[in-house]
Amino acid sequence: MEAQDSGALELVELRVNGVGRRVGVEPRRLLVDVLREDLGLTGTNVGCSQGVCGSCTVLVDGATVRSCLMLAVQAHGRDVVTVEGLADGAAMHPVQQAFLDAQAQQCGFCTPGFLATAVELVERDTQPSETEIREALAGNVCRCTGYEHIVDAVIRAAEAQAETREAG
Amino acid sequence: MTDTTTGTGTITHSTRYVGADLPRKEDPALVRGSVVYVDDVQLPGMLHAAVLRSPHAHARIVSIDTSEARALPGVHAVLTGEEALDHIGPLARFCAEEVVEHAIAVGKVRYHGEAVVAVAAESRYVAEDALAKVRVEYEPLPVVTDVVSATAEGAPLVHENLESNVVYHHEFAFGDVEGDFAGAAHIVRRELRWPRATAAPMETNGAVVKYDPATGRMDVWSNTNLLNFGAWVMSATLRVAPHMLNFHPMAVGGSFGSKHFLAKQVAIAGALAKATGCPVKFMEDRADNLLASDAQGPERQHVAELALDADGTFRSLRIRLLDDYGAYFMLAIAGNTNPLSQIVGPYRIRSVSYDVSAVLTNKNQQGVFRGAGADVTNWVLERLVDAAADELGFDPIDLRRRNLIQPDQFPYKIPTGNSYDSGNYPAVLARALELADIDHWRAEQERAREQGRYIGIGIATAQQRSTYYASEFWFHNVGAPAPFTTTAESVRLRIGPTGGVTATLFTPSWGNSQETVTAQLIAAELGVDPAGIAVDLAPTMHGLPSAGPGGSRMTVMLSGAITGAARKLREKIFQIAAHRLEASVDDLELRDGVVSVRGTDSQMTLADIGMQAYWQSVNLPPGMESGLEATFTYDPPFFSLPNDERTDLGNFYPIVGHGCHVVVVEVDPETGQIDFLRYVAVHDHGTVVNPRSLEGQIRGGIAQGIGIALYEQVAYDSVGQNLAGSLDEYVLPGAPDVPRVEIAFVETPSPWTAHGVKGGGEGGRMIAPPAVTRAVEDALLPFGARFDALPIRREDVVELCAGESA
Repeated sequence: MEAQDSGALELVELRVNGVGRRVGVEPRRLLVDVLREDLGLTGTNVGCSQGVCGSCTVLVDGATVRSCLMLAVQAHGRDVVTVEGLADGAAMHPVQQAFLDAQAQQCGFCTPGFLATAVELVERDTQPSETEIREALAGNVCRCTGYEHIVDAVIRAAEAQAETREAG
Repeated sequence: MTDTTTGTGTITHSTRYVGADLPRKEDPALVRGSVVYVDDVQLPGMLHAAVLRSPHAHARIVSIDTSEARALPGVHAVLTGEEALDHIGPLARFCAEEVVEHAIAVGKVRYHGEAVVAVAAESRYVAEDALAKVRVEYEPLPVVTDVVSATAEGAPLVHENLESNVVYHHEFAFGDVEGDFAGAAHIVRRELRWPRATAAPMETNGAVVKYDPATGRMDVWSNTNLLNFGAWVMSATLRVAPHMLNFHPMAVGGSFGSKHFLAKQVAIAGALAKATGCPVKFMEDRADNLLASDAQGPERQHVAELALDADGTFRSLRIRLLDDYGAYFMLAIAGNTNPLSQIVGPYRIRSVSYDVSAVLTNKNQQGVFRGAGADVTNWVLERLVDAAADELGFDPIDLRRRNLIQPDQFPYKIPTGNSYDSGNYPAVLARALELADIDHWRAEQERAREQGRYIGIGIATAQQRSTYYASEFWFHNVGAPAPFTTTAESVRLRIGPTGGVTATLFTPSWGNSQETVTAQLIAAELGVDPAGIAVDLAPTMHGLPSAGPGGSRMTVMLSGAITGAARKLREKIFQIAAHRLEASVDDLELRDGVVSVRGTDSQMTLADIGMQAYWQSVNLPPGMESGLEATFTYDPPFFSLPNDERTDLGNFYPIVGHGCHVVVVEVDPETGQIDFLRYVAVHDHGTVVNPRSLEGQIRGGIAQGIGIALYEQVAYDSVGQNLAGSLDEYVLPGAPDVPRVEIAFVETPSPWTAHGVKGGGEGGRMIAPPAVTRAVEDALLPFGARFDALPIRREDVVELCAGESA
């Protein structure tokens, strides 16, 4: 991070949780910092800034991204969904509801990242095995739960997703 | 349907709130991301701090040039340790020894990662730019990186004002250890090593500090647990009067004990806030946390001996240990006094010697990590029990069963003086063996061996003390006076004019479901719907006495505080209702938020009563105060003082849970891969308030226990470089590494606590390590396995098996 970067702002236009946003950012600034500080979306948490823990995971064009490893300028023209964008008003996203039902969180700090990973998984695969779920979650670290309740939640969410698809 | 006769009317519940898996009140905000952690706090004009850290483990600071850093646009302040002394004093410490620590190093650095310069700037980016422009000249000094080199003749001193790196030594002796060893038929001896680990909560430590020189008031938003304590403990460091320090309790992204203090993080933000006149946020990044959190776990070398009779009856326990405390000694030997509460485990052992040497080295210092040192002694004791079974030819289950304290022996005073309040250990063991289907797995183990596969079974029966008293922090200073004798916890309950119930707590929320259990306990006491109860956290200027979470105390303490406050509220509710309904208090009952005269349709809702209490004083009994609010401060129960000689430490941790873990693994000797085939945990934490929540804490603790057994270690190299500066190097168990855990509860209510609750937050981590260690060892006994040190890494397994053919 060199000081001469300061001041030279680039205009980044992106969609965040369905809303078009325009922000002027230094090229070196990370997506997570722009989400949290410039856009006030503090639901996304920074656990390590090293791309290891997965706490800062968000969805960019539907795919999981570690927002501590992506520059904000790289999100130009793209569609970002954070934890604040999962629920539809008062109605929780089915994955959020499954996390509630399974008591899948304790301190909750890693939860937004797990939610993003779980959303990506159940939208891709409505019948994952427990082993596949655990492998899919391997890039997200939780220090509180021992993972079992999170795995339970993802199983429920996948089942709910499958029922929705059958009904639809 | 349960009835509770209170003496002031009767409470009837149509729902059983205590013991129900009610949804957690905390969770909707957590899954929506609307919860506020310290890093989410933004104040107008707030600056961001970053810290330059020492690349050396031990060095004299010759000079620091900060001129270029100061000249950088956007930089508001640059503080060396010397300059910070204009704003803050040394950090508070709980040790009697003269081990002085500054938030930013003064004169020399004593470990890799110690703070050398702190910057406050308009953004974290600019603050880090400034750090890159600071020039520090160091004169490296010889390094001591382990207890052997630190205690050698002529070893370099970490603190020159001390004569030795052995900052504390004492042999605690309880009972006739010499006699019991002299009369023993067998003595089992092991040299056991426990690795340095760290809690690594997903949220690092941080503080936002705002100082107003006009009023002299300082506001602190932090994930510290040092709230009510903080005001007076931090006052001297921050140079702000205790009653002008306002700590704001917050949602915390995991602690596991590691956020008890955070004196350094608060002090750095505080110094910069005073220096700049602006609010300052200092949020550790992950490297800051792993290098310098001041909360690493114990790193102990033990010589441990168990004396037995010929029939396997335990007689005496002798532990001599060297504990690597790192470069400072903030909490003194709290990690070694804590285990004395349960040093004999669940067993009848009549004498104990515990010889502890605390050694200073060039490493980040120890703090608290889930188990607080008793995790280590659980492992040591269970290692000795398994060693005794191996060496003397006992069945490990029979040997444990023979020595368990029996249900009719409670309260049971152990040799150290602490008492165990209650329990039924044989029932826990029996339930665990039944659930695990131990006979099936022993047969499977035999069959697998014939096929050249290696299945192992590990069993641990161990304690989880809860609900500490403050004597733990000073009784190691023999003969010293007893300054602190309580660690109280408070609650404020209010029923508003429309009947809404608000509970105010005075502690941070660590993820331990305290809002949920608060609502359940209030519901049980007042017969109201827990879903509608509001729970708030009040800052210290509005605070009542509180020590916060830690030591698995919150559910016990909240049970006591809520029961007390609800009793006061009920009295007033019934008095108002009796007055309005022209009935006797004895004829009233409170059910589902309605007070009625038994056997009639005469009734008032809590909303009716609230309206009278707040706005219609003419309707109240003569002389009654308006309002409907009660506070209660609960002192932990069943305490007694230590004696002056410290041959009896008194009851300082007497609400004691228990558990039995049965672990079955299969180990691949060629790859070192360890697969869990079965994991059963049966725990007794007295009355369980929210089973799913407690199960979650146990499962999470077990994951951490698997971590210490198989993965986790903060390693330092020979020149004191911390090799675990990122989560790539400090390996935490992931979802594929942790098995499903079947949990069952045996509930032996504590006779000493409200609702019979005992603490349970640490049990998973305190019991898993010996069970996992033994399971892997048992699998590899054909290779001559004997694990005296953790973690057991895959390469260790491969090396062992390559060297020995089965």
